[in-house]
Amino acid sequence: MAEEVKMLKVTIDNIPVEVPQGSTILQAARLIGGDVAPPAMCYYSKLKGSGGKCRTCLVEVSKGSTADPRPMPKLVASCRTGVMDGMEVKNITSDRVLDARNGVVEFLLINHPLDCPICDQAGECHLQDLSYVHGKEGTRYEFHRRTFDKHDLGPYIQLHMTRCILCYRCVQTAEQVTDGRAHGVLGRGDHAEIATYIEKALDNDFIGNVIDVCPVGALTDRTFRFKNRVWFTKPVDAHRDCPTCKGRVTLWQRGEEVLRVTARKDQWGEVEDWICNTCRFEKKKASDWIVEGPSKVDRHSVISQGHYVGLQRPTEIFSAVHDGRSPKLLMDIHSISEVNRPEVALSAIPGPATSATFDTDKKS
Amino acid sequence: MGRKLLLEKADIPGIRSYNVYRQHGGYAAVEKALRMTPEEVVEEVKKSGLRGRGGAGFPTGMKWSFLAKPAGVPRYLVCNADESEPGTFKDRYLMEFLPHLLIEGLIAASWALGSHRTYIYIRGEYAWIVDILDQAIAEANAHGWLGKNILGSGFDCQIYVQRGAGAYICGEETALIESLEGKRGNPRIKPPFPAVKGLWDCPTVVNNVETLAAVVPILQLGGEEYAKTGIGKSTGTKLISACGNINRPGVYEIDMTISVEEFIYSDEYCGGIAGGKRLKACIPGGSSVPILPANLLLRTAKGEKRMMTYESLSDGGFQTGSMMGSGGFIVLDEDQCVVRHTLTLARFYRHESCGQCSPCREGTGWMEKILHRMEHGKGRMEDIDLLWDIQRRIEGNTICPLGDAAAWPVAAAIRHFRDEFAWHVTAPEECLRRNYGLAQYADELVSA
Ligand SMILES: Cc1cc2nc3c(=O)[nH]c(=O)nc-3n(C[C@H](O)[C@H](O)[C@H](O)COP(=O)(O)O)c2cc1C
Ligand code: SF4
Ligand code: SF4
Ligand code: FES
Repeated sequence: MAEEVKMLKVTIDNIPVEVPQGSTILQAARLIGGDVAPPAMCYYSKLKGSGGKCRTCLVEVSKGSTADPRPMPKLVASCRTGVMDGMEVKNITSDRVLDARNGVVEFLLINHPLDCPICDQAGECHLQDLSYVHGKEGTRYEFHRRTFDKHDLGPYIQLHMTRCILCYRCVQTAEQVTDGRAHGVLGRGDHAEIATYIEKALDNDFIGNVIDVCPVGALTDRTFRFKNRVWFTKPVDAHRDCPTCKGRVTLWQRGEEVLRVTARKDQWGEVEDWICNTCRFEKKKASDWIVEGPSKVDRHSVISQGHYVGLQRPTEIFSAVHDGRSPKLLMDIHSISEVNRPEVALSAIPGPATSATFDTDKKS
Repeated sequence: MGRKLLLEKADIPGIRSYNVYRQHGGYAAVEKALRMTPEEVVEEVKKSGLRGRGGAGFPTGMKWSFLAKPAGVPRYLVCNADESEPGTFKDRYLMEFLPHLLIEGLIAASWALGSHRTYIYIRGEYAWIVDILDQAIAEANAHGWLGKNILGSGFDCQIYVQRGAGAYICGEETALIESLEGKRGNPRIKPPFPAVKGLWDCPTVVNNVETLAAVVPILQLGGEEYAKTGIGKSTGTKLISACGNINRPGVYEIDMTISVEEFIYSDEYCGGIAGGKRLKACIPGGSSVPILPANLLLRTAKGEKRMMTYESLSDGGFQTGSMMGSGGFIVLDEDQCVVRHTLTLARFYRHESCGQCSPCREGTGWMEKILHRMEHGKGRMEDIDLLWDIQRRIEGNTICPLGDAAAWPVAAAIRHFRDEFAWHVTAPEECLRRNYGLAQYADELVSA
């Protein structure tokens, strides 16, 4: 008989949710979804021991639990902090959290090369998303940025250490998904680097997954290098009968040509199933695959460019978060913009939206 | 003369060897402990009021009583001998001159905690001390104080010495445990705490060398008697490693009843400021704790004499106080530059950050670069506020306290010496030629 799991009640940004005992604050927040879910640059639900490092998911615990209502003095990493019954958490309703998170973004960016125009990750980069939502315009950092040489880690993967944010996901992936880790972190502090011991090639049936877990463009696919910008390619879900992995992938196509193969990712940007190197690097013909249809793309993603099918309409939760008060911390773009209007369903507009699309609407 | 409980026998010729140590009453604490139950030993340590000597000052007896004791799972005691904080060198003295005192304390503590395999994790640079400890352990084994069935009590215990590889971060208890397990010394994310899941995922207590050595006088005297030395919650004696611009740098055992002023100026301790100069500032507890200008060092904000106790050193919080920390007492005379000094510390923390969390990894380097610019006459007024903002966003937002330890020295330097930072900006040429001097910090001596 399976033991009954105790459910715990937790309130995050004034929204109550029930989660099974043993859940973390981040998991609870993801159940609520939307902006209540803290950004996570290092945590990865599929990797044991991940999280706790990047500090982007910091939240304020304003009430510890029903049994011990004292607030926690420090902000805590929501990805590694367990939920207690009756806990109250503030994420986007806490100025402290937003300030600390803004600080973390600044720290992550000071040594980042900001070479998005020539980075293959641009367009699906979590650091871009994070900076856009939580960062500031401009920088206060005026020194040389730390740089490293590029390294080819075998025939398939290129390491651009200069872009790495040391989330350790690739290390954990190699440890847990492949049958032998050949790379790790060398050195300490801001001079620490992802490296193989004496220029070893990473080769292993599943090592390609490190490319998918890397939140930035530090690990990229050499077979896709500079071939295209991700937003010009069209993602479709496809599968094949693979002896090594489940063979469930996303193909990134331009016309009929398959430019890139990746694992399918969920709404948090995490892979659904690990895929093998053969599927990822060797099967680049549309005829290798059985196509299922367009992949679901997040509404914020540049990949959708406003006209991609499969967009999910967001649930508006700001007023719930703010106890019915009008938003203070987040700019309500609808109220200040002439163009963006909530009553216009963007996904319903065929093709790219132009000002004309909205003009006609406005006159009504 | 203050009371000495640890270094009392340090001057006896040959005390490093087992025979001499034993002749002078050594290992009596183990005999006593083994006649008590482990719980009784923990109780004595609780009564003694002993607080951890590694930096945080957490009550040791309480820490020991938190140790989880699931059936069938081994428990470990780990002695933290990593001692890498700038300014702190007291454990080195203790291990070098009184190795058997530490071994004796370790055996008694191992009995109290039920640790059959006890480890000393020692900083790699203390290579010669490893030999001293290994020899002491061999002697203790040869005389039946270690090994199987110690003194017929049925208790088995062995002590192993493990060398670190030169990283300050491996002094942080969970990084130490990782390193001891043979991994990269990254601090773990807590909870779980070592008391529940430590070495090889088993319940573990990590204590400082001095803390564990103090178990010996506690058992000899009894906890209550031990607690009679000192003031308030600062019981017993504390080793202070004094350095900087003083006449008599060295390791001193104080009984936590003396004032800071007495410690600096009395001939029994530091013997006053070297070269007849005046006192400008001091870091009383190792490089991580806030620096204090002379006036706040000698008297608290309330105007009371500041004492060498945990409570008094932290009186006024970080606004006007500091901390006992690990007892690394660094004295700066009137010729020292606080900006350069802060830069040196910032460089240390930048170099020693393990690099796991973004605020510490990136923030420490950024602070160092700004301080470097200011020290070299290229700073701007906004840099002071920028530094403040950076340290503020590191503090409290990291996995381990190294982030705080990197932030506090910068914060305290700006808090108390802002005008000196500003002078580096307004007089960029002059600051390369001379130091700022005392300004308003120095105070007339509280008493002659
Ligand atoms: C970066 C860092 C370095 C530390 N280094 C040491 C050290 O070298 N020796 C030590 O005893 N404690 C050190 N500590 C404190 C330990 O984490 C731990 O609190 C201590 O060993 C507990 O012993 P105690 O209770 O006897 O003081 C360090 C802590 C931090 C955050
Ligand atoms: S290379 Fe990518 S996945 Fe690996 S640690 Fe760096 S940012 Fe993380
Ligand atoms: S605070 Fe610094 S030293 Fe501590 S875990 Fe984070 S990066 Fe490492
Ligand atoms: S996602 Fe929680 S600390 Fe990185």
